[in-house]
Parts: sequence; C-alpha cells; structure tokens
Amino acid sequence: MTTTEVRPEPRTAKPVTQLGDRIFAGSAKGAGILILVVLAGVAAFLLTEAFPAIVAPAEDLPGEQNLLLYIWPLLFGTLLSAVIALVVATPLAVGVALFISHYAPRRIAQGLGYLVDLLAAVPSIVYGLWGVGVLAPASVGLMTWLNTYLGWIPLFAGPVSATGRTMLVTGLVLAVMILPIITAVAREVFLQAPRLHEEAALALGATRWEMIKMAVLPFGRSGLVSGAMLGLGRALGETMAVAIVLSVSGVVTFNLVSSGNPSSIAANIALQFPEASGLGVNVLIASGLVLFVVTLAVNMIARYIVNRRSEFSGAN
Amino acid sequence: MSTGTERNDLETQGPELDIPATPELLPKVQGSLPKGTAWGILAASAVVVGGILAATGFSIGLWVFLTVVLFAVATYVISRVVEGPRKATDRLVTVVVGSAFAIAMIPLVSVIWTVISNGVARFDAAFFTNSMRGVVGEGGGAYHAILGTLIITALAALMSIPIGMLTAVYLVEYGKGRLARAITFFVDVMTGIPSIVAGLFAYALFALIVGPGVRMGFAGAVALTVLMIPIVVRSTEEMLKIVPNELREASYALGVPKWKTILKIVIPTTAGGIATGITLAIARVIGETAPLLIAVGITTGVNLNPFDDRMATLPVFAYYSYVAPGIPREPFLDRAWTAALVLMVIVMLLNIIARIISRAFAPKTR
Amino acid sequence: MKTIRPSRARVAAVGVAATGALFLAGCGAANEGGSSTGGATDSSVSGTISGAGASSQQAAMQAWIAGFTGANGGATVNYDPVGSGGGRTQFVEGGTAFAGSDAYLKDAQLEAARTRCGGSVIEVPNYVSPIAVVYKLDGVSNLNLSPATIAGIFDRKITTWNDPAIAADNPGVALPASPITPVNRSDESGTTENFTEYLKAAAPEAWPHEADGEWPVQGGEAAQGTSGVIGAVTGGNGTIGYADASQAGQLGKVNVKVGADYVGPTPEAAAKVLEESERVAGQGDTSFAFEVNRTPTAPDTYPIVLVSYLLACPQYPDAAQADLVKAFLTYVVSPEGQQAAATAAGSAPLSDTLRQQITPVIGGIKAAG
Repeated sequence: MTTTEVRPEPRTAKPVTQLGDRIFAGSAKGAGILILVVLAGVAAFLLTEAFPAIVAPAEDLPGEQNLLLYIWPLLFGTLLSAVIALVVATPLAVGVALFISHYAPRRIAQGLGYLVDLLAAVPSIVYGLWGVGVLAPASVGLMTWLNTYLGWIPLFAGPVSATGRTMLVTGLVLAVMILPIITAVAREVFLQAPRLHEEAALALGATRWEMIKMAVLPFGRSGLVSGAMLGLGRALGETMAVAIVLSVSGVVTFNLVSSGNPSSIAANIALQFPEASGLGVNVLIASGLVLFVVTLAVNMIARYIVNRRSEFSGAN
Repeated sequence: MSTGTERNDLETQGPELDIPATPELLPKVQGSLPKGTAWGILAASAVVVGGILAATGFSIGLWVFLTVVLFAVATYVISRVVEGPRKATDRLVTVVVGSAFAIAMIPLVSVIWTVISNGVARFDAAFFTNSMRGVVGEGGGAYHAILGTLIITALAALMSIPIGMLTAVYLVEYGKGRLARAITFFVDVMTGIPSIVAGLFAYALFALIVGPGVRMGFAGAVALTVLMIPIVVRSTEEMLKIVPNELREASYALGVPKWKTILKIVIPTTAGGIATGITLAIARVIGETAPLLIAVGITTGVNLNPFDDRMATLPVFAYYSYVAPGIPREPFLDRAWTAALVLMVIVMLLNIIARIISRAFAPKTR
Repeated sequence: MKTIRPSRARVAAVGVAATGALFLAGCGAANEGGSSTGGATDSSVSGTISGAGASSQQAAMQAWIAGFTGANGGATVNYDPVGSGGGRTQFVEGGTAFAGSDAYLKDAQLEAARTRCGGSVIEVPNYVSPIAVVYKLDGVSNLNLSPATIAGIFDRKITTWNDPAIAADNPGVALPASPITPVNRSDESGTTENFTEYLKAAAPEAWPHEADGEWPVQGGEAAQGTSGVIGAVTGGNGTIGYADASQAGQLGKVNVKVGADYVGPTPEAAAKVLEESERVAGQGDTSFAFEVNRTPTAPDTYPIVLVSYLLACPQYPDAAQADLVKAFLTYVVSPEGQQAAATAAGSAPLSDTLRQQITPVIGGIKAAG
C-alpha cells in the first residue's frame, strides 16, 4: 500500500522500443485516463443532481430547514460511527496481523490468513442482519453495565436502549466489517518487513517483542495507516449494515448507548431514497456529495501521513 | 523475500537498532520458565477466577475475561521474578497479541455460524434449481438469482480487471509526473465512493442513454465496475511493485521489448498475488446490495440477457426476502439466509479457484 | 428459452461445483416450463410488463404475479418494490407500465401522470391492509388503547406502562411499572404516513405533529422497514410499534378505540373503513382515490389502514402491452386475486360494490389509437 512511484532506476539496460510497446503503453495510459473519466462522470453526476438542492430555498427542503442543518447530523453520525469502528478495529487488527505474521506457526498462519481474507467478502447485509439479530441483543447487558458504572461519562449517559440497536453496537458492527481489510493490509506489510533486520535484532539478543518493536512496526507503519484509511473509507460509506442496525432519529449526541442516534449519510440515502421524489432526491444526492468530499479529505490526510513517512515504506 | 534492494535498504536507511550490543550491558539471563508453564498459569487462573465467580454469581463471558486478565498479570509477575523484565514484557505482549486474535475471531466466527445455521434450512436441491416464478409462500429457489449474480459479477470483472490491471501497469511501469500522481490520488478517492452512489450514477447514466426507468444487468455491472476498479488497481499495483528490478533489467538486457517484459516476466512472477487481489475485489462487490437494487431491480424468473430488463441477484433477492416477507414469514427469511450462505460459498469457491490458478501460473521461484 | 430435463439439472446442480454446474445446466429453472407447459389455455396475452413502487405491496404482488403468470404462461410481470416515491416517479417518466403507490397522486405529479397517459390516469385501490399497533409486554395478552393514549405513547408523553391513561383503557389488567419503548420506522414510508394521519385526525390534541411519511418525533427507537420494526419490538420488552398487521406474528396487537368499542386490526374491519370513506374529488373519473375516514362511527371498523393504489394508463401505445396491463389489473382486483393477496399478505379483500365500480374502468384500457 505504498505510493512512491516505482521506476526501474538507475537503468542499466535500456528496453528496446517497438510498435507493440507503444500500443501497450498507450492502452495502459488509456486505462488510467478512463478511470479519471469515470470518476469525473461520477463527480459531474453528483454535482448536477445536487445543484437544485443547494440553490433551493430552505422552505422547499425536507423539514423546511437549511440544507446544511439537514446534512450536519448525518455527517456527525457518519463520522462518529466510523471513528468508533476505527478505534476498535485498528489495535485488534494489528494484534491479529502480528499474530498471523510473527506468532502463529507458519502452517496455521496461512490458513488464518485465508480465513480473514474470506471474511472481507461477507456481504454487508449479512453483517447487518448479524448485528441486529446477534450482537445487539447480546450487548444490552454490557451497555447497561456501562451506563450503571460509567454513566457519568457522557458517552454512556443512557437511557439504555431496550433493543441494543445503538451507536456503540453500530460502531462495533462496522469494526467487525473493516477488521479483515485492515488486517489483510497490515499482515502483508508485516510479512514484508526486511528479514535481515529481524534476524539482526534477534541475533543481538532481542526478545521477539523487541524485534517487532524495532524492526517490524517502524517498517509497517505507513502500510498500516493505508490499511486503516481503507477501512475508514469502507466504514464511512457503509450503507446497508448501518441502515439495518442503527436506530436513527436525527439527533446529534455523543451518547452511545441510547435509542436516539444520528443516522449516517449513506444509510440515510438508503432509508429515504425509496420514497423520495423531486427535490428530495436532490437533497439526498447533495448529502452523497458531502460524503464524497469527506472521503476525499480522509484520503488526502492518509496520503500526507504516508508520504511523510515514506522513507520507511516499500521494498524498493 | 530477501531481494537485492532490501539488502541495499539495510545498508543505507535501516532504522537504528538501539540494542545494547556489548555483553556487559545485557542483563544476565536469570534462568527461564520450563515449557508448559504458560498452560499451568492459564489453568490456575481459570480455576481461581472460576472459584471466585462460583461464589459470587457465574457468567461465562466474565469468567473468560477475568481469566485472561489474571493470566496476563500472573504471567508477567512470575516471568519478571524468574526471567527478568525483558522476557516478562515479551510474554505479556504474546498474551496480548494472542487475546487480540481471539477477541477478533469471536465476532467473525459468530457471523459465519449465524449464516450457516440459519441458511442450512433451505440449502437444498430445490434452492439451486428453482426460480421464484409462480411461487407463493414456501418453496421456490434462487436459481435465477444465482445466475444473475454470476452474470453481472462476471461482466463487472470482465470490465474492471483489464482496466484495473492496465492502470496498475501504467502506474508502476510507465507512469510519471502529474498524470500518474492524479491517477493514484483519484483511485484512492474512488475507493471511497459509497456503493449506493455508484448505483445512482449507473442508473442515471443508463437512463440518459436508454430512457427513464431503465433496468438492466449491465447497468448493475457498470456500478460494480466503478466499485471494483480501485481495488483491482490497488492490489495489482502493490504486487507489481514487489517484483525485483533485476528481473526487468535482465530481460531488457536480453533485448526483450518492455511490453513483452511486462507481460511475460513481471506479471507472471506475481500472478499469485494479483489473482488473490482480484478475487478479493470480486468478493467485495459480489455481495453489494444497494447499487443492484437501483440499477438492476428484481424479477421472479430467469433472465439471462444482461442488456434487457430486470435480473435477479442474490443480495437483492436476500434483501427483499428479508424486508418485505409475506405470511408466514419463515420461508421468506429462510430463503434470505440461504441466499447469503450461497453467496459466501460462491466467494469461497472463487478463492479456491484463484489459489489453484495462481499456483499453476506462478513460476517456481524458490 | 431452451428447457432442460429437471432431473438432470437437479443432479448436476447439487454438487461441490455448484457454480460451474449452474452454467452447464443451461437457462431453464426446474419450475419454469416456458410457454410449452405453461398452465392455462385461454392465455391470449403475452409479453413482459414491469411495474415499480410501494414495498408494502410486495408480498401481495408476488402472489398476484404468481397467480397471473401461472394462468398466462407467456406473460411476465415484474415488480420492483423500490418504494412509492420511486414508483410514482418512474411511472410518470414512462419507465414502467404500472406503479404501486401508498398514496394517491397529487398536484404536480397528477398533472405529469395525466400528460404521460394522454389525458387521464387510472388509480385504483388494490391493496388495503390494516396497520396494527404491535407491542410486547410480558403478562399482558390483551391491550385496549384509545387514540389519544396511542398518540401520547408515540409522542413520548406517556412513558410507563402503568400510566393512568393506559389503565383507564384497560380496567382490571395488571400493568407493570416498566418504561415504554415506542418503535417507529426509520425510513420514510406510507405506513408512517397513514399512521400519523390517523393520529392527527383521531387525537388532534394529543398529537401535535403533521401527517408525514417521515417520523416527526426525535430521539426514539427507530428501525428499517416492517421487518425492522417487528424485529425491534420482538427483541425488547415493553416495546410498542406500528406495522403491517399480517407481519405481527406472535406479538400482541392493540385493540383501538373506535366510537365506544375497541376494535382489533382484522382484514374485515379494515375493509369496512373504505366503505365509510369518500372518494377524493377532482382526480377524474378513472381515479378511485379515497380520503380514508380516520374517525368512523360504524361498529367493527378499523381506522388505521394503509390503502395502496395501482396506477396505470387508460391507453398504451402498444396493443400487446395494453392487453397485458388490462388482464393483469383485472386479475388483481378480481375476487380470486384479492383472495390470493389475503392469503399471502393478509390484506383486506375489496368489497364487491367497489369492484363493480372499478372493473369497467380497467376494462376500458386499450391501445392508443
């Protein structure tokens, strides 16, 4: 997941250039440009469809309020659920990845890696049904406990939801969803850590943990950030799982254990789109545009972090 | 893994290893715990916690949790006394990493178990041979939806794999300057397109071309392609990067043109990794519900023409079975779970196939 | 379409290589005979029509499509339960031949639909379903509530089960002091619109909000779709929600106070309310839009109903399409069709009087000439 441009340099042998080469290079370049065209198409679609909602007077919009006031709780919910997911999933993913790459016996490790890859592929609707059918009822007890003993923290202020379909549970479901992605990326970069560094550390008498701390983690940090951002991207854009699990009602609150929660942008589109018509559709797409921009910002930040640390990254 | 470049890495820019190198600075190894001590401590912790909980009120979750905590603390203390702080920290981290793995496995296993236990009820011959045409209530199957999913996903793969791989090749082998940077950046942005927006985009695009109210499998495939391309590009790009430059240079030196070098040397070398990445990408989109809901719709019978009218797909089939069941509810919910199970089985088969393919194509390097 | 012998397909498909086998097995599903074996004899219609709209009609629509295509082997009817809004939009744009909608056409959309159809638009109630107020409260198997109490509970003014207002409706019932968790729909829906419309009409003092498809009270428990609400109510205790009566399953259903009596959400009681309601004026002769009477006085009438409509055009440019739409709609409102829906989706069959008015309008569907 590194981004440094890789070019065979310094070039000792010049490749022979042929007609075939020009065609191949051209089509490769064309594919890249095609991607840009598609993305431009998506952006243009979002802009044209969102435009009527942006210029419409507030009284024509749903709830007769300003577009920003409509989108703000959704944006808040999106960010809150994604952050919970990231905070829970990243340390776990590092643990799992380390376990697979440096602790488990090689034979078992391959199987475990395979299992985790498979889990990245479970459809999101399944995670949603699992969240609402298994995790939510199971976590009511935990949330009651949190509320009883840690209720003075605003996060657990309650009243505790009777069904368990709360922001905390939604965050946990998202965490489970993105865990395989982050793990897969982290595992790959940990496995790529230079064997020589590791062996040097061990030869100098380092324990396994000291070796990981000194040779593996610094090397894998940028890849880990990339993986976490990929996971964050999925958590931000997750539609069906959030729509099924979360009990939403448009309030902005940090209270994680009650029934009243802000919705997320993607889930709100899924929930409201079927009955929306006219300007309502434009408003929903405008919210999609906001999500697009947020994702863009997240990616820019991730890229900035990765580039800043790029001296540690990559095999080349 | 140890390529020439890595060795080079070590000489020039490796992270400083600040291990005390002189023997007198190393703490004396004070002896070590015999093998199996860890298991002993674990068993003792379990018994102690179990005893305490038996007196106060038992709960399995709490028991496991407290056992692990006591185990971690006890291991650290005992090891610190016998083996010294460095070994003790090492053991503590091992326990923490192990528990992180165990914690992560609980929900993942639970998800799989939920799907299997709920889905097995209708995992029968009728489910694979019947469609829903003319079916009310019980019975019926998802033959039409399985075919629809396979066709649409295959179309999406057919479009996104060449585009994605060529782009990755461009980025790694040719790209330089602004265009490559822009593509890299916007591919990242593309990973963040919410699936439902991709569906809306595809629908709007085809409504523009064909007319309003259009529904076709191909529109769904386009939506999935938008979602799939960035994953293919990313994974392929990473894999191409690990190919050692020596291989390329050796090929050039023998007078092989660049495009042949890429096709015959670079890509085959890393075929396994690319195949895995592509399978992951397919797996990621095959379960997408929202875009297909909008762009493809649903039908009850078999439709094999992706360019004409609605097609059924497994995720949409499962979604509608769950959201709008008839009475009694059970057959609908059973079908929804079985559809999810079939989806997972398909992904698993794809994974296995990809592994076999990549093993067959990959040159024997070691 | 090529058909394949079912036995071979069945044997082939059940195997480890299910995916591969499915492709080899060709295109026919075991239960799809194609036109050669298709059911009845009098099928003069063939082709494909598609509709889209309310998801509330989905279960009934499946039954209708199954019944209709069973009798007309050469016909295919598709229905996308995309939601009423999406259904109306697509119908108006000409994307679908018919639409299902939880609300009748209004204002601009009515005009647009008339333009699309070339003059007037057919609007018939085809699916009338009672919306039950469902609850889960251990130890209480029968619950009576007046409109004002229901409004108070859902407006979160009445918060415990032993509230005097609830006790007054249920003399002699031991009500626990536990908190009430009202559950509403998180998605915009016709069910919510009908429910809030009822609360607004029947208990104007206790329900200060407007009738709306989007739930107006913030901060409560919300769930997606009928299944979500049923799931949430079932999953908790002391929960109460509103959902299609047929989906209530094991949950308790509130008897709602109508006049002096308490009436349960039965299909019969729901069907009666349509007879108590007035047709909306100004929609045209071919429209049977009803302003549902939320405060009926006749006994055994259940006022919280969802009336869902079928939208179609009186004429279609294509003769085959016109015939198919006519045949399908005729089947839907026929006694058999309505009975099929009642069995599969628990809806209330249309009354004969209403059917007699509707049938000629549907019979008038023809090719544009």
